[in-house]
Amino acid sequence: MSNLVYLIPIALLLGLVGLAAFLWALRSGQFDDLDGAAERILFDDDDPPPRSS
Amino acid sequence: MTEAAALGPAAPPGPEEAPALDLAPYVQPLEGGRHRLHLMVEGVHCGGCVRKIERALLAEPAVEHARVNLTTRRLVVTWQGPAGCAGELARVPDRLGYRAVPFDPARLQSEDARTEQRLLRAMAVAGFAAGNVMLLSVSVWAGHAYDMDPVTRAMLHWFSALIALPAVAWAGQPFFSSALQALRHRQLNMDVPISLAIVLASGMSLFETIRGGPHVYFDSAITLLFFLLVGRYLDRRARGRARVAAERLLALDVGAVTVVEPDGRRRAVAASQVAPGSRVLVGAGERIGVDGVVREGRSSLDASLITGETLPQEIEAGGRVFAGTLNLEGPLELEVTAAGEGTLLAEIVRLMEVAEQRRGRHVVLADRVARLYAPVVHGLALATFLGWTLIGGIAWQTALLYAVAVLIITCPCALGLAVPAVQVIASGRLFRRGTLLKSATALERLAEVDTVVFDKTGTLTLGRPALLGEPDPDALRTAASLAAGSRHPLARALARRVPAAELAHGVEELAGQGLRLPTAAGEIRLGSRRFAGIADDAGLTGPELWLARPGRPPVRFAFEDPLRPDAARVIAALQQKGLTVELLSGDRTVTVASAAATLKIEAWRAACTPAEKVAHLEALRSQGCRVLMVGDGLNDAPALAGASVSASPSSALDIAQNAADAVFQGDRLAPVIALLEVAQEAARLVKQNFTLALAYNAVTVPLAMAGLVTPLIAAIAMSASSLAVVGNALRLGRTRPDRSLADGSGEGAVLSRAALGR
Repeated sequence: MSNLVYLIPIALLLGLVGLAAFLWALRSGQFDDLDGAAERILFDDDDPPPRSS
Repeated sequence: MTEAAALGPAAPPGPEEAPALDLAPYVQPLEGGRHRLHLMVEGVHCGGCVRKIERALLAEPAVEHARVNLTTRRLVVTWQGPAGCAGELARVPDRLGYRAVPFDPARLQSEDARTEQRLLRAMAVAGFAAGNVMLLSVSVWAGHAYDMDPVTRAMLHWFSALIALPAVAWAGQPFFSSALQALRHRQLNMDVPISLAIVLASGMSLFETIRGGPHVYFDSAITLLFFLLVGRYLDRRARGRARVAAERLLALDVGAVTVVEPDGRRRAVAASQVAPGSRVLVGAGERIGVDGVVREGRSSLDASLITGETLPQEIEAGGRVFAGTLNLEGPLELEVTAAGEGTLLAEIVRLMEVAEQRRGRHVVLADRVARLYAPVVHGLALATFLGWTLIGGIAWQTALLYAVAVLIITCPCALGLAVPAVQVIASGRLFRRGTLLKSATALERLAEVDTVVFDKTGTLTLGRPALLGEPDPDALRTAASLAAGSRHPLARALARRVPAAELAHGVEELAGQGLRLPTAAGEIRLGSRRFAGIADDAGLTGPELWLARPGRPPVRFAFEDPLRPDAARVIAALQQKGLTVELLSGDRTVTVASAAATLKIEAWRAACTPAEKVAHLEALRSQGCRVLMVGDGLNDAPALAGASVSASPSSALDIAQNAADAVFQGDRLAPVIALLEVAQEAARLVKQNFTLALAYNAVTVPLAMAGLVTPLIAAIAMSASSLAVVGNALRLGRTRPDRSLADGSGEGAVLSRAALGR
């Protein structure tokens, strides 16, 4: 049973990584435009890649 | 309005070679010499528009980033270089045929959007915690059967505490703050028993964990919180779209008008900041943002949103214009007489706010239940504690344990979900049929309606003129070829009748008069009676256009604003349901009387001002009527806010949509019936849900009072009651609509994305 002492925190840590990823996605505006996201996948903008700064 | 938006891309951009606007007040400086500008773009309907705008902007060498949000119709551009580029960049969407208006994002950060984000974050955290605590609890429960060693159990409890307590403290805040607010006003709402149950369950579990006892309810506390957050978030989310529409209205106010400086420079200034006396330029097709007097130019104005009148008004130098009207034909230069708070528009908005306050606070059903429920629950818990210590003679710690178990088991979970679950499903069902519910309490208020008051223009009628009768086809074709390029509503009605007509080459439009086309035989004219050279005889009335061709008799085209296709049927159906139907219009008496006669509405009033409309609703209310007001214009907005509940067609002005509780799409009126029926059914289901929740309490509370509830039983009972309530609410999604609206609902369901997003 003593190995639970580190197994549970590891499991929790993995879960926390997922939670943090979701909160990050939320903060970075990935849920702001759900309509647009659905359409954007259809743009075939392969030719000139958008300029990066 | 929908039409204007649809026509937008084809319309010529206002002042063609105007110098770029100075947008400096709207440009946001960023680090590294970069700048950012937020624009509200009209006319964006699909991914194609998004792509076109983004590509065109990225093609500009300075632009680093350009992104259009399809949901909110907003554009963010970031570029490297001076702030002065802004005007040039803002014209890129204009060149593509979209109208871009700068706005200040800080002023649009609505409280609602922040709350929604916060709820979503709280829900994510609570969900994470609930899942993990449940995982640990399952082993604890299994441990009861397999003799788990108390040390291991204590360890698992400590882990649960470690996860649950911070999560409860953080994710429970929406409930705690609302409960505190209610208590501060010496009132009870649903959040008071909810908060109490969560806090007590967590607190007592912590106490038990420290003591090493078995009664640890962390799982119940956090799952309860998670379920309730889901309910609350969905509830908010269902009205998210409506909120976006309302924000766009705000943007009208935040949006810019073009001010001409004495030295000829043009500057974009927020409509509310324009000083009276300054000169403002309004392009064709643009909505006027200030009250003023025309100094130069000649055009016609669509004032339907203020007066309810369908026909455009002609305007020339010296005429007064009001904020909120739409400039249809030529560019106008105005001298501002009032801006911001001083405009007629602002006055109507104030009237609306006053009416809204008078509507009084509708006490939500859940809170009314809570007012009865909370004292009973808290009384029972107290009775349990006193009963066990005084009569049962057990230690006070154990008695306290039992009392807290009563509070947890009377878990307001089912009660807290009873209303939102039904509301979410009802608004989802209405949404699929093209009706947006904006207000949380609209369904409850709709269920009580006994009187329906309609506005005429744009509500019972389509709000756009249509050609009457079957004119001579040859004349019609000629007229349509002249009219094809005009944005005057009557010309557009002509062009709609002959969609194949091609624009004749060389047509000239004289703002406020008509169209003319020079041909070899002479000039063809299409326009007003005077313009076509017809003698003024009072014989024929109503909106008309005359076509004068050289050497042939003039032809008259008459127009009318047709009733919505199912208006008569819907009115009849409403009357059949025993509802009183009234007609309240700002239009002329003749028109209103004939519409009322066609629709068999006995109670009607014409030529009402916005204030008279509100007064009439007030009178109805004092007679004890619960009024559903259906209207679309600015002149209806105060009445919409003043009625017990209100609805607007989606063609309505944003301000009316903002005041209304529900907004419906499409050319039909059937959604009004659907709205009432869904509301009544929802009310029935809400009552059933409360009954279910109370029945569940009747079974479990005695168990808890007897001290028989273990954490396992609490967790099962709580989830089961929530599922039962949600399951019952789901029945609303399945039931077939009533026959009377089945014929109309098909139409409403076929909604274009563009119409929905509007």
